[in-house]
Amino acid sequence: MGMFDPIKGFGVTFSNMFKKVATEEYPEIGAPAAPRYHGRHQLNRHPDGLEKCVGCELCAWACPADAIYVEGGDNTDEERYSPGERYGKDYQINYLRCIGCGLCIEACPTRSLTMINFYELADDDRQKLIYTKEDLLAPLLPGMEQPPHPMRLGDDEQDYYVNGPDLARGRGVPEGETVETSEEKAMQ
Amino acid sequence: MTIAPDKSATAETPVPEGHVRLTIDGEEVIAPKGELLIRTAERLGTVIPRFCDHPLLDPAGACRQCLVEVEMNGRPMPKPQASCTMTVADGMVVKTQLTSPVADKAQQGVMELLLINHPLDCPICDKGGECPLQNQAMAHGRADSRFRDRKRTFPKPLPISTQVLLDRERCVLCQRCTRFSDQIAGDPFIDLLERGAHQQIGTAETADVFDLASRTSSGKPFHSYFSGNTIQICPVGALTSAQYRFRSRPFDLVSSPNVCEHCASGCAGRTDYRRGRVMRRLAGDDPEVNEEWLCDKGRFAFRYAQAADRLRRPLVRDRETGRLEEAPWTEALRVAAEGLAKARDGKGAAVLTGGRLTVEDAYAYSKFARIALRTNDIDFRARAHSPEELDFLASRVVGTNPDNGVTYAELENAPLVLCVAFEPEEESPIVFLRLRKAARNKGTKVVHVGQWSTPAVRKTFGELLACVPGGEAAAIEGIAEHATDLDEQLQQDGAVVLVGERAAEVPGLFSALHRLSSRTGARLAWVPRRAGERGALHAGALPTLLPGGRAVTDADARAEVERTWGVEAGALPTEPGRDTAGIVAAAASGELDALLVGGVDPDDLPDPALARKALAAGCFVVSLELRPSAVTEYADVVLPIAPVDEKSGSYLNWEGRRREFSVTLEGTGALPDCRVLDTLGVEMDADLFTQTPEAAWDDLSRLPTRPQRNGAPDVPHAQPPAPGSGQAVLATWRQLLDDGSLQVEEPHLAGTARRVVARLSKATAEGLGDRVTVSTGRGSVTLPVEVADLPDGVVWLPGNSEGSKVRASLGAGHGAVVSIAAGGER
Repeated sequence: MGMFDPIKGFGVTFSNMFKKVATEEYPEIGAPAAPRYHGRHQLNRHPDGLEKCVGCELCAWACPADAIYVEGGDNTDEERYSPGERYGKDYQINYLRCIGCGLCIEACPTRSLTMINFYELADDDRQKLIYTKEDLLAPLLPGMEQPPHPMRLGDDEQDYYVNGPDLARGRGVPEGETVETSEEKAMQ
Repeated sequence: MTIAPDKSATAETPVPEGHVRLTIDGEEVIAPKGELLIRTAERLGTVIPRFCDHPLLDPAGACRQCLVEVEMNGRPMPKPQASCTMTVADGMVVKTQLTSPVADKAQQGVMELLLINHPLDCPICDKGGECPLQNQAMAHGRADSRFRDRKRTFPKPLPISTQVLLDRERCVLCQRCTRFSDQIAGDPFIDLLERGAHQQIGTAETADVFDLASRTSSGKPFHSYFSGNTIQICPVGALTSAQYRFRSRPFDLVSSPNVCEHCASGCAGRTDYRRGRVMRRLAGDDPEVNEEWLCDKGRFAFRYAQAADRLRRPLVRDRETGRLEEAPWTEALRVAAEGLAKARDGKGAAVLTGGRLTVEDAYAYSKFARIALRTNDIDFRARAHSPEELDFLASRVVGTNPDNGVTYAELENAPLVLCVAFEPEEESPIVFLRLRKAARNKGTKVVHVGQWSTPAVRKTFGELLACVPGGEAAAIEGIAEHATDLDEQLQQDGAVVLVGERAAEVPGLFSALHRLSSRTGARLAWVPRRAGERGALHAGALPTLLPGGRAVTDADARAEVERTWGVEAGALPTEPGRDTAGIVAAAASGELDALLVGGVDPDDLPDPALARKALAAGCFVVSLELRPSAVTEYADVVLPIAPVDEKSGSYLNWEGRRREFSVTLEGTGALPDCRVLDTLGVEMDADLFTQTPEAAWDDLSRLPTRPQRNGAPDVPHAQPPAPGSGQAVLATWRQLLDDGSLQVEEPHLAGTARRVVARLSKATAEGLGDRVTVSTGRGSVTLPVEVADLPDGVVWLPGNSEGSKVRASLGAGHGAVVSIAAGGER
């Protein structure tokens, strides 16, 4: 037993003081998650702001926890929320039930429903954990306008689906940003 | 027609007469001659995929999806054959997709072809999830298509009426809709247009124009009362309903069997609801009654129960303000019971029930009147009626049922059906479909005694025996003398006479029909227009009848009812009560102290003005209602009751067949009439034992039918009215789709109603111009003129349509003399 042995242990402490810490400063500094973490859902928009959701209920059908409620509605020329005939009139996700499995976003035929990496889904009020369409819709990016409005990017819904990415650039959605990730960026 | 358990056994079984032996997938089977291969295979448990095939439609072989390999006399047919058009033959060897790779490949190839132009827009299609094309493409199709070109597209949806939307991209041209319209409904409103790759379904309006893209048929609705069936039988999403558009998916829906509450046909149906709200109704499958069809009224008119103004809480009129205020049940029942008890001990109380009650509810009213109000003043006939009708119902109708009366099956097999004062398509559409089926398939002769050649006359390949309104009785009396051929036909075995509710407005008609039926042996059936009338008759909601057809004047019958009900002997009133008109007149002149009214519209009554006067006359009015009405305006207490979706019960249809249904929407808290009356009875110290519809039925079953068959009406027929100059005799009946109170909140349905016009003969219409004003001392109705084959001096008006409320505006009915004058230009 040497004379430095009693303080040798402090060396570990001392050396660690200069290493990068593993501690996450939560909640003071953000809520970190892997970029592709599947957190809460988002209902995406077309580049002109029309909703991608067609109210088909395939997400509700796929959901093993019965957490999603959808009711479709009929687009008219006067009041249009999505390209084509049908839109999601009522859309609710109950986060008390959602198990985050992601089957719903796999089922979505229009890539309307995706998941963003926001995961702070806790509250002291059960009612607040039922997210409605207003809570779930992606924020409006530059170049988008709040529906209802007519189709700005083509004559019918085919133009939206076939030429989507090109149209997005034309509407001034910032370079390198897809319409689907807007919520994360907007929060930062 | 048995399926042999194994081969050796079948080989030994002799083939019965009219049957053949064939082999399907290596299994021997005996089938009746003429059976289609697809059905024989189905009996064996092999489902061959199909789109165009429908058991109630003639075979078409349009979609080619049901291809199978067939071998006859040891020689295989060179190509796969459509099993939906080929009938069985002796010694046939059939291989379906289960055993034949050729058939399987052929089916997959056909599926690939059908999907070439199909848009695959299942996510936005209403049929998605319950689509035969979706299911069979998964089961019998290939995963990939080799088609790489652009699909044929059409603008969509194309409204072919306000109710039916057509999407031509999704159509696989199976022609079920066109065959239904042509064969079953007789309204060929929809047909195949164009040829080859451009072939498409369309209507006359879409065919008119070259540029189909820019035109729809809006503004020119087709008039079919059965268009909804095409939506149900469409095997793809090509025909969808405007009402159900995008409302839900099959997996959201809970289905429950129901019975239609709109007319006396008694159709079986299916109600689909989502989260406590009815989304749609579909036809059920009941071969005895409606087969697989339903009229548009039964299919689409159900939102009245979801109306925003539906009564949910009892209302009691505040003495000071004079307004109806919400009140707790206990208070409302107490006020109602006190008022009724006071009236009972005073000048008396009477009951008007309307014709839309279930048997159980009608029974509760009937029992309530007898033991709580101690009166026979009860009548379900909220329409024109007569004492003659009462005798007719008591002597000829009550107690008939499918075992001893006329049935749908008998209509179908009858050599002759005589419809008197009965408009089958408007009043009982499923009876009409059966008449058409009988006439089309079995050559049944249908003779209509009416005023003009209505669409139903044409579509039943019928003959019109035209007479002046009010002259029907004379026409029936004249058959023996002036129409000997018809008289002979009426004497044939199985001849049937159908009579409608309008007969009550023709003096002597019921008597004439009774005599005709007794003389010729033709069977006589009464087809009321409302669903509850047969049940109310059975339950004794009439001034002269106790439950089961017992006469109130018969002491033995009364004693039996008293014993069954457990009331003391002599407790039941002995004198026949007042009928609807009598009750209304008595209330108006202050001879009654209270009225208990369940679902009656004063405008349906023979004299609407007097009915309103009676309600306003100051007697105590208790109203059991679904929604605010003309009665609740005057009521002192309003008790809310449950619509059919929220209660159980049963109807008796025109055959007397019991049509039972259970609760669709559970737990809404709405109470059926029988429960409300039971509680009200307890407040008045009378035990009805009708707490639930089931209990009410059990109680009623303890009084088996004991009709009195004597006392048939014998009223001489009156001379038909003779109009003077500037006058005409009014003919009127209601159209199926009109302003009825159960059709509110249905704009899409209302759009398919028939045009509201006045019909006159050419000579009568002369000089009137485009519009005619029909008037009486009470008021007038002005409608566009349409010339039809009516007798001269007769004008026909729809009974309760927009702009033509005959009772309310004219205070007159069928057979009344009215003034006609030019109605001027619009």
